[in-house]
Amino acid sequence: MTVIPPTSLIDEEEGDTRTAPRKLSRAEQRALAVKGKLSSPWASGLAIIIAILWTVPTFGLFVTSFRPRSEIRTSGWWTLPFNWEVTLDNYQQALFGSSTSLSTYFVNSIVITLPAVVIPISLALLAAYAFAWVDFKGRGILFVAIFALQVVPIQITLIPLLSQYVQWGLAGSFWVVWLSHSIFALPLAIYLLHNFMKEIPASLVEAARVDGAGHVKIFFQVLLPLLTPAIASFAIFQFLWVWNDLLVALVFVGGTPDVAPLTVRVAELSGTRGTAWQLLSAGAFIALAVPLVVFLALQRFFVRGLLAGSVKG
Amino acid sequence: MDWLLTPTTTGEKFTLMVIAIVLFVLVMGVILFGIDRIKRAPVWLIVTAFLGPTLLFVAFGLVYPGIRTIRTSFYNAKGTAFVGFDNYVKAFTDDQFQTVLRNTVLWVVIVPIAATFIGLVYAVLIDRTRFESFAKTLIFLPMAISLVGASIIWKFVYEFRPDIGNIQQIGLLNQLLVWLGLPPQQFLLNQPWNTLFLIAVMVWIQAGFAMTVLSAAIKAIPDDIVEAARLDGLHGIGMFRFITVPSIRPALIVVITTIAMATLKVFDIVRTMTGGNFNTSVVAYEFYTQSFRAQNAGIGAALAVILFVLVIPIVVYNVRQLRLAEEIR
Repeated sequence: MTVIPPTSLIDEEEGDTRTAPRKLSRAEQRALAVKGKLSSPWASGLAIIIAILWTVPTFGLFVTSFRPRSEIRTSGWWTLPFNWEVTLDNYQQALFGSSTSLSTYFVNSIVITLPAVVIPISLALLAAYAFAWVDFKGRGILFVAIFALQVVPIQITLIPLLSQYVQWGLAGSFWVVWLSHSIFALPLAIYLLHNFMKEIPASLVEAARVDGAGHVKIFFQVLLPLLTPAIASFAIFQFLWVWNDLLVALVFVGGTPDVAPLTVRVAELSGTRGTAWQLLSAGAFIALAVPLVVFLALQRFFVRGLLAGSVKG
Repeated sequence: MDWLLTPTTTGEKFTLMVIAIVLFVLVMGVILFGIDRIKRAPVWLIVTAFLGPTLLFVAFGLVYPGIRTIRTSFYNAKGTAFVGFDNYVKAFTDDQFQTVLRNTVLWVVIVPIAATFIGLVYAVLIDRTRFESFAKTLIFLPMAISLVGASIIWKFVYEFRPDIGNIQQIGLLNQLLVWLGLPPQQFLLNQPWNTLFLIAVMVWIQAGFAMTVLSAAIKAIPDDIVEAARLDGLHGIGMFRFITVPSIRPALIVVITTIAMATLKVFDIVRTMTGGNFNTSVVAYEFYTQSFRAQNAGIGAALAVILFVLVIPIVVYNVRQLRLAEEIR
């Protein structure tokens, strides 16, 4: 069974070497053609202008977050090279100062985010498995129904959910944020994971079934390893969405400093201390740091998820 | 055991988090292995085990609240008396709400078009150049930033200092005006332009999304088409207009509709930058103020339903276009 006919291997390699140079040269030709287009100074100039417009605002606030308060108030960040004064005081004050204490909210953000990523993914994996590989009556209709629920704006659910939570005496706790984020993530998660699961060849699952594997075994031993990239890309989505979320947190735990995440606190600062740029700039970058690192490290998976046709809201 | 509901120290919070995850995994494990133990489990049992939790969550958190909200939208502010379509009539005729609707239309029209256009132009410009991946990351980064963070970044760009004596501008945009010899402006206060300056933030965020999807679509255009067009003498803008854009039309539609849906629900930007003042409010934000600040549940619910209804045609169009694209293939 494990013996691979050697001839086919060689054939493939030969085929590769034969077609490779032609393909390469074609791609090169096209690259050259494009180069001709881009070498026009207008085109590259335009690209550079867009790139600058897209980075300078962030860069400006980043520079500001390291300047002393008195400097921020009296001169623009672009004057930094002429009066070089940098400090970490802003971060110190934003994280541990008694009026802001963002470190507490940072912990809240982490505690909110991890379960809110793990729970919907596990639930969605099970559901996607049932939709993809278990034959039952009404499967098509049920799947379309879940797919259609993606359309429901979360705004429409907030007030009834909140009154339910209040009734249970759970309002303002971590539990309701986890639950809400999990619910809101499910339709998209199921849709995406189902699409990826359908791409796995049916023969693999059939073979395992013939070998006597049950659903649980098929799920863990056959499908799960193949799905890792898909899970990773959705996990990043959900992570960024939960970490960056303001509305859900504001409605369910906005008034509870022991639970509220960074976004709620930073938005609040922007409202109450809108001119305290030393705090706002440092605060914004404390909130941005984690998603930026995650994003840059795992960009590949994120793009993959995007191209699978998905954005949530 | 109070800390299970209201943990106060960092240690308690992390413990609670671990407990929640473990508890969840345990419940799922019990369900799965219970199913596995039963020899020849009937299909309905398997389906219930795999789909049950999800259906429970979705029914409780999406379907039921949605129906409740639709019902609330036909009741008065306190939910005590049936008022028919009064809330909707008010939402469409009241001066205050008309501004809100006008702003929402502006957002939903401008953001998708501008973001897609910029994303497309940039994707074409950097396609197959030496710095492509770096150039992409630059535009893409705002996608990772929270809308709150982006709002603060741009609020600082728009920051205004009165133009008297020695006072220097600290916001970049006003400094540019001063360098050009113009008076500085209160970008977030001056109506009606302030809405446009809020919209710019959303364009800034969404262009990266458009660029990524469109760039992948451009790369998927078959080489022979491009080559044939080039032999026919198409170059530069002609190539862009007659080959690139028509070839990626399905991707363009998906991008535009997706951004439109995201824009319709925009809330964080308005709240962080202006708090909905100076006539900048949009439906998604007005929903929040009416429901949670003004305690006017009826109007709040009506606005949420309007939001829902506005999304539907966009989705239907999107799905139909996807179907068409698949048929052509």
